[in-house]
Amino acid sequence: MYSRAYKAVISAPPLLWVCLFLLLPYALMFAHSFWLVRDGSLVHRWNLQNYRALFINPLYFQVFLRTARIAASVTLCSLLLGYPLAYFLSFHAGPRKELLYQLVIVPLWVSYLVRGYAWKTILGSDGVLNGFLQYLHITHEPVSFFLYSPFAVVLMLTHIYTPFVFLPIYAALEHIPRPLVEASQDLGADRPATFLRVILPLSIPGLVAGATFAFVLSLGDFLAPLLVGGPSATMIANIVQSLFGAAYDWPLGAAISVCILLITVSLLFTTERLEKRWSFK
Amino acid sequence: MSAGAISPQRATSGSTLLEVRNVAKSFGAAQVLKNISLEIASGEFLTLLGESGSGKTTLLRLTAGFEQPTSGEIWMSNERLDTLPPYKRRVNTVFQNYALFPHLNVRENVAYGLRVKSTPKAEIAGRVEEALRMVKMVSFADARPATLSGGQQQRIALARALINRPQLLLLDEPLSALDANLRKQMQSELKALQREIGIAFLFVTHDQDEAMALSDRIALLRNGALEQIASPRDIYSRPATAYTAEFIGQTNLLRGEINNGAVRCGPMQWKTSEGNGTALFSLRPEAIRLADTSSQLPHAVRFRGIIRQQIYSGASELLEIDCGENQILRARIPASGPLSDEHEFIFSASDAVRVTESPAPRGSLATDREPR
Repeated sequence: MYSRAYKAVISAPPLLWVCLFLLLPYALMFAHSFWLVRDGSLVHRWNLQNYRALFINPLYFQVFLRTARIAASVTLCSLLLGYPLAYFLSFHAGPRKELLYQLVIVPLWVSYLVRGYAWKTILGSDGVLNGFLQYLHITHEPVSFFLYSPFAVVLMLTHIYTPFVFLPIYAALEHIPRPLVEASQDLGADRPATFLRVILPLSIPGLVAGATFAFVLSLGDFLAPLLVGGPSATMIANIVQSLFGAAYDWPLGAAISVCILLITVSLLFTTERLEKRWSFK
Repeated sequence: MSAGAISPQRATSGSTLLEVRNVAKSFGAAQVLKNISLEIASGEFLTLLGESGSGKTTLLRLTAGFEQPTSGEIWMSNERLDTLPPYKRRVNTVFQNYALFPHLNVRENVAYGLRVKSTPKAEIAGRVEEALRMVKMVSFADARPATLSGGQQQRIALARALINRPQLLLLDEPLSALDANLRKQMQSELKALQREIGIAFLFVTHDQDEAMALSDRIALLRNGALEQIASPRDIYSRPATAYTAEFIGQTNLLRGEINNGAVRCGPMQWKTSEGNGTALFSLRPEAIRLADTSSQLPHAVRFRGIIRQQIYSGASELLEIDCGENQILRARIPASGPLSDEHEFIFSASDAVRVTESPAPRGSLATDREPR
């Protein structure tokens, strides 16, 4: 048994960290969302005006819808790429498994910004993609909608978050005892039936975890729209950023943040229950 | 199968169900099975017995279809089996750790085979009920596998396989995860069930007692080759090789010299009709008795020895007898109180079974082909 003093000493630093850098900022954010700005300065008067503004002005809701749509697209695309990849690696990669696994992970070591700029050079008017298309005479002048569109944002975020989706799915697939697959075949199920009846259901926790990663991280992303999105792909985090920056309306920004936080937390809560529901030891 | 119409590999009764023809299997450079041929009759309980690494599980997996033979063929009911994928074979498997689907309850697990074959719902319900009744697990139909004990999971695995009415059931060390008492109980239930439903069982185990208790015939595998295949009684009383004699039960291996119709083996001597030369004999411990407690024995061989060790085990006791000339024999006699010093012992010459020296463990394919 550890002494009371020892436990206190050991747990103090993380507790302090959480209080100072997590709970306190959240509390401040929460408080700010009920204050307001008048004549360019913050007024500490409790009110619900910011939340009212969010519901009255349709702009915020539209941007939020677009953000959710982009996040959902990213999630779907990452799943469509990540699941088959994880499945292939786990079941059919043979001795190349380790190498392929590392190759999937490598992009995670590259800075987010670098990858963003890489997409800029690929998609731009003078970019690699346009050059290639013109070289093949498929197009005759640069196609402008590659860059600065919701499409570009989805593309870039999918590229960035696919490894995040891949990892939990791969882990879930690796945890499926192989005799279960053999048992299924032994009982008369061919490969597709075995996948649908055994492998897919048993990988649902990983699938849900991966989807949650992609959706939640995309929902709060503000760099991708900044780098490759343009005005037509402005996301909710860009609004928050400008409210805290140039627009100098911290209370409204905080109100939006609180809303996003609530949505995210309830989402995490739901998906965790989903994962529990589908996990069997 | 041209040479030898009555080969020892041939099934003894009933029509041939499964035929393994010259099957070999290698994983990379490692040769796991070397030219195995054997047959299983319909309704037969055949056990593949061997140490780990003997290839018994590989042979089972080849039959189930989880591995492909490197060479050779497997036939079932006059149909080539080894070219079919597992899901098209009329065999079912009971896996070592049961491999029950954790996301399905007991009823759904048992129904799995019928479901994937799109059996009508009403029929599924009836057959699941029947299968669960057969293994006495009806009241657990809605339970999840994780909530069941090992023995219960075992029964469900059995029901899940048998519901498909396979012609042959493969069992991969199904009892090895159970504790000793439960194991004995499951052994007798398994045997009774097999008799009742009349399906051929191919049973893999490393436990020779289990093999003896359950099987119609035992196929003893050693380093990927078939050492001997025979009924439990035959394999015990007529072991062909020293390895078989030592693996199945306990034995004394006596190295002797045959000279003009007489075997000389340390202090012992008896008559034989075999030709001159050195020979190896297997003498079971229970064939040796105290001379003064047993009356007449045919072809009795007598010898004197000093009891070095006496190990009591209830109904019987094991004696370690030093009979001089570096010869230590073990004898199992009915429990008869403490013994010591020198005694006279006796055994029947017909119980000393001549066995061949087992081939070198890692011998070439050629020398391992026919262990006889």
